[in-house]
Amino acid sequence: MSGIGRWVAAGLVLLLGRLRRRPVLEPRERIVPPGTADRRAEWILVLLFVLAALSAAAFPVVYAVDAIPHQTQFLGLSLGLAFAFLAAASVLIGKRLIVTEELEEDYPPPEHPVEQEEIEQLVEESGDRFTRKRLIAISAGAAGAALGVAMITPAASLGPVFDVSPFFQTPWRRGRRLVDESGKPFRATDVFEETFYTAFPEGADREQLGAPLVVVRLSPGQLDLPDGRGGWAPGGILAYSKICTHAGCAVALYRKPLFPPTEPRPALVCPCHYSTFDPARGGKVLFGPAGRPLPQLPLAIDADGNLRAAGNFSGAIGPAWWGVRNRGAHS
Amino acid sequence: MTTLLLALAVAVPTAAAANGRSLYAENCLSCHGVAGQGVLSPSHARGVLGVRGLGPSLRGVGALSADFYLRTGYMPLIRPDVQPSRKRSPYSEAQIEALVSYVASLGGGPAIPTPHPERGSLSDGLSLFTASCAGCHQVVAEGGYVTDARVPPLEHDSPVRIAEAVRTGPYLMPRFSRTQISDRELNSIVAYVQGAKHPDDRGGWGLGHIGPVPEGLVTWFIAAVALVAICILIGGREKT
Repeated sequence: MSGIGRWVAAGLVLLLGRLRRRPVLEPRERIVPPGTADRRAEWILVLLFVLAALSAAAFPVVYAVDAIPHQTQFLGLSLGLAFAFLAAASVLIGKRLIVTEELEEDYPPPEHPVEQEEIEQLVEESGDRFTRKRLIAISAGAAGAALGVAMITPAASLGPVFDVSPFFQTPWRRGRRLVDESGKPFRATDVFEETFYTAFPEGADREQLGAPLVVVRLSPGQLDLPDGRGGWAPGGILAYSKICTHAGCAVALYRKPLFPPTEPRPALVCPCHYSTFDPARGGKVLFGPAGRPLPQLPLAIDADGNLRAAGNFSGAIGPAWWGVRNRGAHS
Repeated sequence: MTTLLLALAVAVPTAAAANGRSLYAENCLSCHGVAGQGVLSPSHARGVLGVRGLGPSLRGVGALSADFYLRTGYMPLIRPDVQPSRKRSPYSEAQIEALVSYVASLGGGPAIPTPHPERGSLSDGLSLFTASCAGCHQVVAEGGYVTDARVPPLEHDSPVRIAEAVRTGPYLMPRFSRTQISDRELNSIVAYVQGAKHPDDRGGWGLGHIGPVPEGLVTWFIAAVALVAICILIGGREKT
């Protein structure tokens, strides 16, 4: 006899034993009034349970037979029907088979007002020995407040409080080359107008929020950059952080007019909430929920014609606390 | 005989171009100017149908752009300052061919591309489409919005139309050169867009394939209402 066989036999014996045993109890007084039997409802209940069992049993069958078309739908149908039959069975039990009874309980009578006054008087009089009530209250308050501060101190680990400098570091610094996804440097002559590129810092972690750039080229005459960004766009090539300053999505849309006189002006658009930034005017917000302009990275073209960063971004990257991953690497 | 055939072969495109020239004069000139030189200033006199002409130069855009704009119905555009939208072209096949060859004769430019989606890879297409196209067109090419413009769905577009759009950059769409998206990569993108037209909806109801919004609507307005109705049905209270 195999191990499984023994277990099955033991289980059956246990089950039959339980079924046969009828504990003899003294007839007690009933709490719930007796109800009449409802044979029809009982049979419907049995039928519902059998249907639920059949529906559920269909699940492994459908799962096993790959030849069935629309397999996923039938899997869902079998489980759904099984649950629906079980639910119907529960409703039937509740509505037709359980004996129901209504009980009422009155609200307790209101407390005696004299008793309450007495208690107030007791509390007042037991404080008679305190002479410096205010001082004691203040010192107790101080103890409570200090304890509260101690309790919430561990929350400081959730974010930066004492050292925020890593949040203002980016992988970009003067002289770092811009490379594409495959690590190939960007040549200024390969950057065309009317399209957009994604660039990364050469030899740095691309996962940092400060790393990805969106690079576009406009004709230099179109540019109207803020003061102090004179040489930031050599040949009209502009680089902006690809991270939206609203919610940190990738600014993946570039709107470029084919015929500017009749079409909207060029814009970088975030697909999440349609924050729209103007590349010609230093990433200014044209539309949408973003509160700050897209940070611009100053560019330079080196002797080999490659694009390099000429410094760091014009402002903080992304929505907030964008250097969290950077910080995680340190601690 | 051979000479005659040769003469015909030369004569037919020339005749098409000549026909195209008169069609152009009737339908395109008020915006795109004489011989496709463009009308860049709105101070130009009103042209055909009182349209205040304004339109880009067509020199060097080639057969590619002309074929795309005419077959999508983007051109003719009644008002130059609205976004062109997909519609049935008012021109016959022969008229479109004549106009395309006329525009191509204005100053070279790229020919109509011939993509080969059967040579492309669906999975490469998905990653390329995600990187360059899905920002606006959504990941299943259902279209969407960009500020101040609609982004068309691609479900009715042939492989040639998709390839033309990538190389032209119509309206606000960026233009992708061969250095950015090679012809091989374009094959994969076209294969993906064709594949995305009939996605294998393993879960059943695709709900337009536009993401979590319709799914949420179904949850709130159908499933939640049904649940509340069932609760009211089974949870009847004893009347007192």
